[in-house]
Amino acid sequence: MSDIKSNAQLDLRGVMCPINFVKTKLKLETLEAGEVLELVLDSGEPIQNVPKSIKEEGHKILEVKKEGEYFRLKIQKG
Amino acid sequence: MTDHFIEDKTTKVNVNLDNVGERVDFNDLKSGGFIKQRQKDLFAVRLRCPGGRMDTKKLVEISKIADKYSKKGVVHFSFRQSLEILYVDYKEFRNIVSELEKIGQKVASCGPRVRVPTACGGCEYNPNGLTDTQGMAAMVDQKFFGTPTPHKFKTSFSGCPIDCARTKEMDFGFQGIVEPVWEDPLCTGCTICSEACKEDAIVSDPDTGKPIFDPKKCIFCGDCIRACPTEAWKPKRYGHIVRIGGKHGRHPMEALEVCTFLPDDKVAEAIEKTVEWYNANGKRGERIGNAIKRVGVQKYLDFMEPVFKHGSPVNYLAPGV
Repeated sequence: MSDIKSNAQLDLRGVMCPINFVKTKLKLETLEAGEVLELVLDSGEPIQNVPKSIKEEGHKILEVKKEGEYFRLKIQKG
Repeated sequence: MTDHFIEDKTTKVNVNLDNVGERVDFNDLKSGGFIKQRQKDLFAVRLRCPGGRMDTKKLVEISKIADKYSKKGVVHFSFRQSLEILYVDYKEFRNIVSELEKIGQKVASCGPRVRVPTACGGCEYNPNGLTDTQGMAAMVDQKFFGTPTPHKFKTSFSGCPIDCARTKEMDFGFQGIVEPVWEDPLCTGCTICSEACKEDAIVSDPDTGKPIFDPKKCIFCGDCIRACPTEAWKPKRYGHIVRIGGKHGRHPMEALEVCTFLPDDKVAEAIEKTVEWYNANGKRGERIGNAIKRVGVQKYLDFMEPVFKHGSPVNYLAPGV
């Protein structure tokens, strides 16, 4: 699982809701369908909200890893 | 003639409707919606807007009518989501009602009857929404609007446990819920569900990351289902928590939960039977919450059993993981 290659990265630590989701959206727009975005999100509100919104926009969350106080996600553009 | 159904609580005088015109449909007036203002001869005309939803074309037409008949050119968005055209001369009732009718807009109600239901956005466009609150509000409005009851009877629909439509303060309220189920083979142990759960009902196993679920803490909001990347958490069933006997006003009362997971197709029956019970047991001027306090909630529950058996009891817990 962990060798999924990402085409772009976005570190959203310290970025508040919903700006973190908007930034995710903008980044995903630069990718082709099927490409993978690696995302770092804070625990708390960001991890509560952003994955739900990503799913609702039709993208796929391929991998989630907890790394201390933050999460590393791999998202495939839908 | 006089019509005491026109709400005039400040002065307690009946409103003289002579010469208002023979074409006024007094049945429409009787269901209320014309509320006397402080100012002589002037009324607020309350429109019937179930769930606070309106199509934009109609809104434009209403705006023109309001501009024509409001002496001050103002409207008010009522606390129950209906638009009120202020400063309307009672001598114009016939004209304003007929102009509103032409665009398919009805006047609302006040007094002792089933009121226009209120509702949040619901599952149609609100990401938190679990039930079609707008569809329910439209259905209830169509079936029950204006049904006489001992005192006012307010209903509302919230699509999720955030309860924006304040079902806990309604005579009869319906709040959307979803029962989550978890399937081990699909779970990758990512721990997002335990982060997403705001009720601490899900804790992740320190070794596997898989959820440990505490059904007693679950309020059926569905956040775990929405957050789960692999659909290991799924919706098992949707329904409504049913609450009765709430009110605000001078002496607020919190509603009692009387059923959970009542399916959509039993909502109309629940209202019909509850109104029947209220009309048989409530005293004139007594809200249903007080009637239930006086008569006993068990009597009400016994009466409702044929409907509420289609849901789950109030102490229902989802099966553990």
